[in-house]
Amino acid sequence: METLMEILKELKPFVDFEKEEHLIDEHILNSLEIMTLVSRIDDEFDVQIPLVEVVPENFQSAKAIHRMIVRVQEEE
Amino acid sequence: MKNILELLERAARVDEGKTAYADEENALTYGELMDKAKAVGSALLRVGRNKPIAVMVKRGAANLKAFLGVVYSGNFYVVIDEQMPTERIHTIIDTLDPAAFVVDGACLEKARGMEMNLDIFVLEEMEEGEENEEGLKKVRREMIDTDPLYALFTSGSTGVPKGAVISHRNVLAYSEWVCETFGITKDTVFGNQTPFYFSMSVLDVFATLRAGATLHVIPKSYFSFPLRLLTFLKEREVNTIYWVPSALGMVANWKALDAFDLPKLKKVLFAGEVMPVRQLNYWREKIPDAIYANLYGPTEATDICTYYIVDREFSPGESLPIGHACNNCAVMVLDEEGRPAKEGQEGELCIRGSFLAMGYYNNPDKTKEAFVQNPLNPHYPEWIYKTGDLVRYNERGELVFVTRKDFQMKKMGYRIEPGEIEAAAGAVPGLRACACIYVPKEKKICLFYQGKEKPEEVGAILTKRLPSYMMPDECIKMDQMPLNANGKIDRKELKRQRDY
Repeated sequence: METLMEILKELKPFVDFEKEEHLIDEHILNSLEIMTLVSRIDDEFDVQIPLVEVVPENFQSAKAIHRMIVRVQEEE
Repeated sequence: MKNILELLERAARVDEGKTAYADEENALTYGELMDKAKAVGSALLRVGRNKPIAVMVKRGAANLKAFLGVVYSGNFYVVIDEQMPTERIHTIIDTLDPAAFVVDGACLEKARGMEMNLDIFVLEEMEEGEENEEGLKKVRREMIDTDPLYALFTSGSTGVPKGAVISHRNVLAYSEWVCETFGITKDTVFGNQTPFYFSMSVLDVFATLRAGATLHVIPKSYFSFPLRLLTFLKEREVNTIYWVPSALGMVANWKALDAFDLPKLKKVLFAGEVMPVRQLNYWREKIPDAIYANLYGPTEATDICTYYIVDREFSPGESLPIGHACNNCAVMVLDEEGRPAKEGQEGELCIRGSFLAMGYYNNPDKTKEAFVQNPLNPHYPEWIYKTGDLVRYNERGELVFVTRKDFQMKKMGYRIEPGEIEAAAGAVPGLRACACIYVPKEKKICLFYQGKEKPEEVGAILTKRLPSYMMPDECIKMDQMPLNANGKIDRKELKRQRDY
């Protein structure tokens, strides 16, 4: 979770990722940022997030992103 | 033909049960759209004639009822995005002084909260009302094709947005070119990406109306999620798209077409920023039998003035030409003295003809700067629009975009003037100087500033004042801003420091 928070802070320094629950609905993360985020996750966690996981539900909050990473790690 | 409503009425006559505009949840047939727009128009008759009416309706098909309703009332519409920061909405409303404010139920709360002294009309209430046939008929008889249809606000270099006024004639001429050139017919199904406050949407919206075609409004968030986006296109049988390159690039960067085919898609048009060749090549490889076209133009020429249909291979690093002038639109490449640029030399692209906006609303100074007498025609009054873009002809005789004349920036297809961001930064209490530059390589907006605030404090203040696409990606605190010989902030030096 800490590594993820660091990646997020680096991406959007002015967003409070502890609190935000609607990163997609509120248009806080744009398409480029999501792409950057996924490629940073791929690098840092040594996983490959498959395209089918790139859906709004998995990116609404830091928690949701983290759950997705854990799930993909378990499946690999 | 003098009025775009004739396009609507023709389409409704041909096939009133056909879907005109749809979104994720709702669909409007041509018959319904016409009836509802007439009801809305009847309710708005009392506000006057040829007056601006602000429209704030959640992204979706319902917008069309509001736009065309405003037109039935003999007025013109100005799209206000519900997600615009309140400050920007206030600036636009101040410039516009609209006669009415049309909102849907979803935006009513926000509109009331803005405490503007405006007559608010609720779309859902108006569309259930009676049609005033006599009243609408009278208005229509008096309307002419140079009456304004809408005004569209672009970013202004002084920090004040400018509202380009577009007439019925502009859109009739422009949509005619679109339909002829790209074979838009009743069988066309658009997948709309661009928001209605952006000039590119004019192609989708009015080519649909002219051809009696169908348009599907794609929810904004789908452009972050490739499979959801492609599934929508497939389900709706979209065959024509006109998107900003960033949106096409998103699909290419995810390689989303590797495992997903779109057999119906036949036309892929793009504009708004430079299309990267690598991403274009990906699309061409995956969907080889589609037409690809690079369109170019400013809001002040309705949408587009030149275009290039991709007819050869390009390798990454090469840039796509912007091609040739559209039919019924003329362009000139002029040097600093207003003479035609010499062969192969760059000059400012200037536009003349029926696509040209009528000027900027309530802004005679900016209008005078950009819309000027054609220097090649000393014989009678003829306006041209100076785009501020530098172009040249290549060895094939195609126009090629070189750069912006000033430091204007483009990001995700939005035109952003540094002045507007700098103006917003002016709100930071301890800020002494600032300058905004764009790093095209990284697609980043950088704000350099001198002041006592920390970068995150500056960022937090800007978040409240700027739409998200205008937000600087970096705020860089400087001990001292570099100045050039004239005492102005040296932007070239800032760029150099940023690139180290």
